[in-house]
Amino acid sequence: MPIPERRLILRHADEPGYSPDIGSYLKHGGYDALRKALASSPDAIATEVKASGLRGRGGAGFSCGLKWSFIPKNNTKPVYLICNADESEPGTFKDRQIIHKDPHQLLEGMAITAYAIGSRLAYIYIRGEFPEGARILERAIAEARAASFLGKDILGSGFGLDIHVHRGAGAYICGEETGLIESLEGKRPYPRIKPPYFPAVLGLYMCPTVVNNVETLCNVKHIVGMGGAEYARLGRPNNTGTRILCVSGDVRRPGYYEFEVGAVTIGQLIHDVCGGVRDGNRLKAIIPGGSSAKVLRAGDTFAIRRRKADGTVEAISLGLEDIPLDFDSLADAGSMAGSGGIIVMDHTRDMVEALANINEFYAHESCGQCTPCREGSLWMKKITARMLSGRGRASDPDLLASVANNIAGRTICAFGEACAWPTQSFVEKFRDEFDARATAPAKEVPRAA
Amino acid sequence: MKLPADFTARADEIIARYPASARSATLPLLHLWQETFGFVSGQGVEWIGARLGLEPIRILELVTFYPMFRQAPIGRRHIRVCRTLSCALAGARDLYAELCRRTGAAGDAHGPVTSPDGEYTIEFVECLASCGTAPVAMIGDRLIESANTPDNIEACLGKGD
Repeated sequence: MPIPERRLILRHADEPGYSPDIGSYLKHGGYDALRKALASSPDAIATEVKASGLRGRGGAGFSCGLKWSFIPKNNTKPVYLICNADESEPGTFKDRQIIHKDPHQLLEGMAITAYAIGSRLAYIYIRGEFPEGARILERAIAEARAASFLGKDILGSGFGLDIHVHRGAGAYICGEETGLIESLEGKRPYPRIKPPYFPAVLGLYMCPTVVNNVETLCNVKHIVGMGGAEYARLGRPNNTGTRILCVSGDVRRPGYYEFEVGAVTIGQLIHDVCGGVRDGNRLKAIIPGGSSAKVLRAGDTFAIRRRKADGTVEAISLGLEDIPLDFDSLADAGSMAGSGGIIVMDHTRDMVEALANINEFYAHESCGQCTPCREGSLWMKKITARMLSGRGRASDPDLLASVANNIAGRTICAFGEACAWPTQSFVEKFRDEFDARATAPAKEVPRAA
Repeated sequence: MKLPADFTARADEIIARYPASARSATLPLLHLWQETFGFVSGQGVEWIGARLGLEPIRILELVTFYPMFRQAPIGRRHIRVCRTLSCALAGARDLYAELCRRTGAAGDAHGPVTSPDGEYTIEFVECLASCGTAPVAMIGDRLIESANTPDNIEACLGKGD
């Protein structure tokens, strides 16, 4: 029995006849929320967003309203808004859909956000590998300017905003917000240390800056449209709204799906939405929030806290497939909702090969600023690679865990955790496979390295 | 190399997007240079530095950091194959090997490899953010989904263009 989606952000994206141009957007109520916002005060918008409970869709799941509120009240510097469209977390492909199919939705969300935080100049930092997306956004910006939804005096309100598209050049670290800011300043994207460099205080050009994900900014439009309280009715307490889930790997129907947060469990998503595990195979593991998220093993039980209708919290024990896909449940399960990218692996998959692939990614993408990450990510890659080539040692699983444990918590940015968590979780949960592989000869053809 | 007639005007239009700091225009100017000339030469590094009032090292340090910039020409047809997990699970390594076999390029890792006739450059790259249609590749600016079907392998190689 298929479970119906609840499409808010992707409502029109795949509708026959819907196109990314402004005419199509206006026919579907486009920029109505911006008109509504401009008739209200910036503080009122911020209050609605706080009331909505919106949490960032980029990875960390931080409260959007709270993030905005960190801009100092007595600020006299320019305020910048940056849209983080550097979609790079392996397993994630939602922002691509929004940008390609409904770019004005993003621009409207940005215009409202800029009004709320007092920004007059905004940048969309889009990953270099989206050249078509960058062109679509440039075109949409020109259309919006011509129709007075952007520019010096938006709809005669006196509020003005310019948006520019800024292309990255293939570096994953630019998705980290302070690395992104350094990159946008024309430097190597070495992340900044927090404190003191919280973007809301010392961001782009050392001015207050809000960096929000594409999907987060689109949500702002809908929050203004329906009101924060109404939006908060979607999803679950502390896990409000809808979420775009990107499913890839060993399912029959991979793709992107949008549901109210927590409305489906892992099992429902895999079996009812995605048609089940491919080829009639058995589920072995999933990575629930992009490749940085800790892997979860089928057959394990997880202690999940569930908020009851009366507000009290009860602890329940759930199997992997019964975990609801929301921020808090996945955190309770020892992983994270992250960017919403879910990678499914079936029982034919070799976990050492999978980790070797992930380790190669992080070794390639470490910016090199902090020693534990620069050296550690390289060593984790080398160790899993030698295990695949038949040159492993019996002590390698322990060595992998030791290297990972010495990265997490010891770096300037969260990349340290992002590269350590896969190794920590794969080795811990599939220890027998790692032990066996450490002293086994090479397989003829590594499948997923 | 001679600059196209409108190159300076285009560069200045880009610089104007960053009123607070011209240095922010470094990355977009590097893109402009590479799209115009195929790679970033020493001349490009010096020209951008001079235009922005920066030492050339400030430009070069970005060229050597960001994977998309290159300091040497590549083949006429640039094929980027995603090697990250979802694509790997869907057969990216076989796709890469097949493309190398068909073109005669010899590669096994990151970094561009060019066919002996100079026609194709094939490059293993990290996640292209289309994991639901894995394995994927890019031909120049164009994304090819489910790139390992026979038709799409031909598309990668430019048959039917």
